Amino acid sequence: MISPGAVDQVFVTLKDWIVFHTPAPLQTLVSIVIEVATIIVVFAALFALATVFERKGLGRMQNRYGPNRVGPFGVFQPIADAVKSLTKEDVVPRAADHVVHYLAPLVLVGVVFLTYAVLPVGRNMTAVNLDAGVLYFFAVGAATELAIFMAGWSSHNKYSLLGAMRAIAQMVSYEIPLILSSVAVIMIAGTLSTVKIVELQARYSNGLAHWYVFTPWGLAGFILFMIAATAETNRSPFDLPEGESEIISGYFIEYSGFKFALFFLAEYLEMFAVSGLGITLFLGGWSSPVSFLAWIPSWLWFFGKLLALLFAFIWVRGTVPRLRMDQLMNFAWKFMLPMTLVTILSAGIWHFLTVAVVGPKPLGGVIRWLVCALVIFVPYITLARVLERGRRIEKRVYRFAE
Amino acid sequence: MTLPFLILAIMTLAGGVAAMTMRRLVHCALALVVSFAGLSALYLNLGAEFAGLAQLLVYVGAIAILIVFAILLTRGGEGEPEGAFSPAGIVGAVVALAVFAVLAWAVETSGVARAGVTVAAPQITMREIGFALMQRYVLPLEVIALMLTAAMIGAVILALREKRNDSAGDSGAAQKQGLRA
Amino acid sequence: MLGEGIIQGLVETARNFFGSYVEKDRLTTVQYPEERHTLPEASRVFPILLYDGDDAAKGLRCVACQICEKECPPRCIHIEKSKDKKPDFVGKQQFYPAVFDIDVAVCMSCQICVEVCPFDAIRMDKVYELSTSDRFGGLLWTKEQLSKPNEYYQKIHPMEAAETDERRVKELAEAQAKAAAAAAKAAQTASPAPGDASGNGASAAAKPATAVHE
Repeated sequence: MISPGAVDQVFVTLKDWIVFHTPAPLQTLVSIVIEVATIIVVFAALFALATVFERKGLGRMQNRYGPNRVGPFGVFQPIADAVKSLTKEDVVPRAADHVVHYLAPLVLVGVVFLTYAVLPVGRNMTAVNLDAGVLYFFAVGAATELAIFMAGWSSHNKYSLLGAMRAIAQMVSYEIPLILSSVAVIMIAGTLSTVKIVELQARYSNGLAHWYVFTPWGLAGFILFMIAATAETNRSPFDLPEGESEIISGYFIEYSGFKFALFFLAEYLEMFAVSGLGITLFLGGWSSPVSFLAWIPSWLWFFGKLLALLFAFIWVRGTVPRLRMDQLMNFAWKFMLPMTLVTILSAGIWHFLTVAVVGPKPLGGVIRWLVCALVIFVPYITLARVLERGRRIEKRVYRFAE
Repeated sequence: MTLPFLILAIMTLAGGVAAMTMRRLVHCALALVVSFAGLSALYLNLGAEFAGLAQLLVYVGAIAILIVFAILLTRGGEGEPEGAFSPAGIVGAVVALAVFAVLAWAVETSGVARAGVTVAAPQITMREIGFALMQRYVLPLEVIALMLTAAMIGAVILALREKRNDSAGDSGAAQKQGLRA
Repeated sequence: MLGEGIIQGLVETARNFFGSYVEKDRLTTVQYPEERHTLPEASRVFPILLYDGDDAAKGLRCVACQICEKECPPRCIHIEKSKDKKPDFVGKQQFYPAVFDIDVAVCMSCQICVEVCPFDAIRMDKVYELSTSDRFGGLLWTKEQLSKPNEYYQKIHPMEAAETDERRVKELAEAQAKAAAAAAKAAQTASPAPGDASGNGASAAAKPATAVHE
């Protein structure tokens, strides 16, 4: 009989076994190569899966079938896409800055892959257990902006430059709420290590896990984090940098063939990475929400949550139209930023409302929850009122369409 | 001198040299980024996790973007450099030498160099850095934060004044008053 | 409240998402090679030439008047008139097209050729899967390829065909009456042969093309 623990650790055991059977001087190298190769293969495969999921999901939301021709239910569509992008001609504009133009997609993909180093995809399954893991994630992730600038500038095309400017402005603006919304978690957890943050959430009381999303500040923080993450990854409704109808796909307009595919890959990888961080910070990483489901392998939990968030991304993309530039900036600075600060405040109050202050468990816990929720909810309502004041939203009348 | 150090040092220096010598401004900025990244990797190599990552976050993530924005928003200033030497280059070399001299003097006169022994790197966790920033050095931190806020407000006011000259009305003044209040 | 509209929108898309798996009516896409739309009767793609009877060369209605060639906006029709003549359905001697080519790739399906044709010779086809691997000659169709029997026309455009056929029967009857009158007149003036004339008329009703040829 195979114990759940063995299944949980099957990949760790396998890696240890391989490393054990290599000669001693090569062991470190082999260990690193295995980890890096696994991350690249698994997430690139997930990218292939995600493209077909996205197209099918969006199709269903628009009452269409989506791709269903290549293979059963169209699951081999990514292979067809890959063959197509690999065999396409690689066109580089004559006026382009060739070196930078060539480097931009490589830098982008490389940087995005670097961020995976600190994501705990399962119990004992983190490539690098950095003491400052979350900081590392944001520090490395910030370099993506530079790669996007390289792509936009080197193309010598006004649309790609506009797209790059939009992308940088947007990413700089939304990086602040992204980081601030994770500050609350870091404050409560008291560590920047992603591994420790997950371990803190993998404890159970009354059968329920200590996920931060179950607290009022965690819930608000999670929603804010995911909104900022959507903007960070240039996904709809924040896809202004690509805006097909305005600046014809922005900074990668002058890219074709495999380089374009690399941009596509990087975009999805960024989405997975930032979702992975959201899972790590708020959704308990690889832990199960209830203790009686803890026998399910930890990596299945992680990837299950990742797919759920992926679906949420697709869902939002299928629902919300693209924002305007001023709406984007107003939303970032007038709504996201104050709300993240409020979540930090709420997390602070949560920290100090201990059992000694609010009383013993059942009632005290409820009081603590309600007080912290109120600290978030009241500013939210006020902010919403203030932002919508003077801007009467009337039912729009169409003169010709009806 | 280990191999990683050598690679990173060469990368940092090459980036720095390229940033000074390349013809196009954007190439210089990108070379500077390589230099920054190499420096942060050097910090990480030394085990200074926080310093290395902060370097990456601040310099690659923020300063480089700032430089790039400055280049993008001020077009036309791209004069082709003529000749290998320019007065600006000489001044720059003098400044660089002065900075190097000061740093070298500081290192020479510090306790570490005088003791002549390699001191084991202290194991500092993020937690300790946090406590130090929030307890012992909280006043300097707050002063710096205040200064940065003042600088930011100043920048905003500068930007606003330019706008008032255009429309020459009370809207700019009202905005300014609102900002002061 | 802020965010309310987005939640409503999300509910709507979720309803679409799950509904499309349950209610097949939601999916409006036609899975083309397997499923096809039933084309409306008036749908049209490119012109064909009609002929009566079984023999395409003999029964071709076109008289090479070249009106359609002149009217065609993209000029996709090319006609060369014949040197000799052949009788049309009422027995009148007419030219016929020695060459009648239509470049289907150029044709824009405007149906003007059909509107202007006084002889009901050209009509629109409904076939639309025309792709060919021959880039230059593949869609330049000749008289032989374009000729289609009247039965085919009756099948693809039943209403139009009924109207045309009715008119043509009437025209034929008028022509026959005229011919019979002329024949009777001729019989009266020339040597009388009434039996022969009536027999002539009867065979003309059955086979108009051959009737007056005798």
